[in-house]
Amino acid sequence: MTLNATESQDHISSYRTYFFIWAALMLLLVATIAVAKVEVSRYSVLLNLFIATVKAGLVLFFFMHLKYENWFLKGVLFMVLVMLAIVIGLTFSDVWYR
Amino acid sequence: MIVQAAGRRDRIGAKYGMWLFLFTEILFFGGMFLLYSVYRSEYPVEFHASAAEENLLLGSINTAVLLTSSLFIAVAISAVKKGSYRLSIIFQVATILMGLAFLGIKSVEWSEKITRGIYPNSPVLDKMKMGDILFFGLYYVMTGIHGIHVFIGICVISSMVYFTLTGNITKENFSKIENTGLYWHFVDIVWIYLFPLFYLIT
Repeated sequence: MTLNATESQDHISSYRTYFFIWAALMLLLVATIAVAKVEVSRYSVLLNLFIATVKAGLVLFFFMHLKYENWFLKGVLFMVLVMLAIVIGLTFSDVWYR
Repeated sequence: MIVQAAGRRDRIGAKYGMWLFLFTEILFFGGMFLLYSVYRSEYPVEFHASAAEENLLLGSINTAVLLTSSLFIAVAISAVKKGSYRLSIIFQVATILMGLAFLGIKSVEWSEKITRGIYPNSPVLDKMKMGDILFFGLYYVMTGIHGIHVFIGICVISSMVYFTLTGNITKENFSKIENTGLYWHFVDIVWIYLFPLFYLIT
C-alpha cells in the first residue's frame, strides 16, 4: 500500500519525452541565433528573452519535473519570481525617474 | 510500513529543501541580472558594441553542450528510477564530460580575451569607455560565477557516480541524484539567460 503510494507519487519520465524536449531546446537555440542575426527590429532582444524564457520553461517543467509537482511548490516558485520582478521593477522606477 | 512512510516523507523533504536552496540561487543570480539590466539601460550603445566582441560560435556551441548535458543527467535519473544502474552511470559520466567540455570552451574564450588585454583592471580595458568596462566586468563576474557552479556540479555528479557504483543510490533511494539533477538543470537555466544577454544583443 505504502509502496504503491510512493510509486504513484513519483513520475518517471520516459527517455523519449526527454529526447523530444532536448530536440525542442535545440530548435529554439537555432531560432534565437537566427533572430539575433537577422535583426528584424529593435524588438529582437525582447524576442530573444522570450525564447530564453520558453527554453527555461521546458527545462523547469520537464527536466526538473515541475509539471508533476503539486501546486504548493509551483506557487512558491511563482512567488520567488514575483519577488524578483518587484525588486527589478522598483529598481528601474528609481533609475528611470530619479 | 512506518519505516517506508517515514522514508517517503524524508524524500519529499529532501526535494523541497533542494528547491528552497534553488530559490535562494534564483535571487542570488537575480541580483547580478538586475545589475546587468540597469547598466545596459544606461549604456545601450557600448553594451551592443562590446557584445559584438564575443565569440558567437563558441557561445552557441557551449549552449548546445549544456542543454545536451541536461538531457544526459535527466536520462541518468530516469535510468536509476527504472533500476538500470549501468545505463545511469554511462549517462552520469557523459554529463560530467559535457560539463568539462563547457568549461574547456569557456577557458578558450577567456584566454582569448585575456591575451587581447581585456580583463578586469587591465590597461587596455581601463582606456575604454565606462559602458565597455561595465560590460566586460559583468561578463567576467557572471560567467565566472556560473562557471564555478558548473565546476561544483561536476564534483557533485562525480560523487553520484561513486554512490551509484557502490549501491548507495538505488531505485528506492534516489534523492541524492534527483537533487543533483535539479541543481544541474538550474545551472543550465542560468546559462540559457546569460547566452542571449552576452552574445546575442549585437
